Amino acid sequence: MSAKKETFAKTLGVVLSVCLVCSIVVSGAAVGLRDLQQKNAKLDKQTNILEAAGLLQQASGDIAGTYNQYVEERFVNLETGEYVEKPAEDYDMYTAARDPEQSIKPVPDIAGILRRPNVASVYLVNNEAGELQRIILPVHGSGLWDLMYAFLAIDADGQTARELVYYQQKETPGLGGEVLNPSWKAQWDGKKLFKDGEVAIEVKKNAGENNQYAVDALSGATLTSNGVNAQLEYWLGANGFGPYLKKLKRG
Amino acid sequence: MADTKEMKKVLFGPILDNNPIALQILGVCSALAVTTKLETALVMSLALTAVCAFSNLFISMIRNAIPSSVRIIVQMTIIASLVIVVDQILKAYSYEISKQLSVFVGLIITNCIVMGRAEAYAMKSPPFMSLLDGIGNGLGYSFVLIVVGVIKELFGFGTLLGFEILPLVQNDGWYQANGLLILPFSSFFLIGGLIWAIRTIKKDQVEPKE
Repeated sequence: MSAKKETFAKTLGVVLSVCLVCSIVVSGAAVGLRDLQQKNAKLDKQTNILEAAGLLQQASGDIAGTYNQYVEERFVNLETGEYVEKPAEDYDMYTAARDPEQSIKPVPDIAGILRRPNVASVYLVNNEAGELQRIILPVHGSGLWDLMYAFLAIDADGQTARELVYYQQKETPGLGGEVLNPSWKAQWDGKKLFKDGEVAIEVKKNAGENNQYAVDALSGATLTSNGVNAQLEYWLGANGFGPYLKKLKRG
Repeated sequence: MADTKEMKKVLFGPILDNNPIALQILGVCSALAVTTKLETALVMSLALTAVCAFSNLFISMIRNAIPSSVRIIVQMTIIASLVIVVDQILKAYSYEISKQLSVFVGLIITNCIVMGRAEAYAMKSPPFMSLLDGIGNGLGYSFVLIVVGVIKELFGFGTLLGFEILPLVQNDGWYQANGLLILPFSSFFLIGGLIWAIRTIKKDQVEPKE
């Protein structure tokens, strides 16, 4: 420690110069790395969409290329179920959900999402010939600790589930975090989502392998399982993608 | 200038003889939270070692200019800046892991080890020795995190760094995972056990009876 006499001016000078140097370093790092970070975030999202599309094996490293070739992002007005133009150049449905002009409060809010955007993204997966293979719907809702975000991949007719990929969640590792377990995820393949026009898919205890409307709940993670159940019920229902899926079925 | 022996003591002492977690019981909070998987424990160790080393270096470099009335605030400013830089680098180069570590990288700012070494060592010692002290204490922290991380991941998930070692019952294996080890507080038992083991080997660390 300094033995020299301290003056007010010296103290102020040292503090200001430390702050100045530190702020230059911090902003330098933030600006210099921003491109790379945004690229990473985009790559992460595309990787998860490709996983839901069942194309991750095929992509073998070339995420962006495969994504651009097979996946097409479209926008859907959730009220009418019609495709709409992209609302804005950098439109993001989760950002829009925070804007009262572009979102509504869903009643009842069974998934615990608070606000729902008017226009949502859907991702259409085509094969080489340009035929629609799968539709990927973004779903989210409350789990045990926080909101969980997933991509639900369904068949082109909008009736059968293929994959449910959670890409952002904070559930307890080993319990609710098992939504990422490959053997649990594999159960979704082929499940029927609707029965007589109503949402029928559920997550419940002892669902049984032959029940085509239910997936086994995660043991030790009741609240996470209930969350997943409510998320699907909401997003497939009338306040979610319900109108869009009905239109799809009619062709 | 200090001799090689002194340098060795400063660099490797904190691993077993003067471990920041096991002897000084500092920085336990983050050790509990990020050790569920070995991978996150490794990255967290690396991040903390880097922050601790450089904060010691920079604080030691300007130690004679820092007015003692505001020294803690100056130290915090330097540490916080370094942590933000580390966080930005992680987000840019290791996105998956930075997503898992989430808030804990930011919480290095409040890690008692970084602060404690800056105040106790870097304020009194020349830059090079302070750098070594920072690295040494980072290694001591890493040692505990890695030991706890290995035990928790191996017996809680049956994997190490994501590779399957003990096949789980859920995946048609034979090993029934220990659910207790997955939860953050199980690190309390593990760190407690580790402290006991170290003090059994190194009797001089045992505190005298009151």
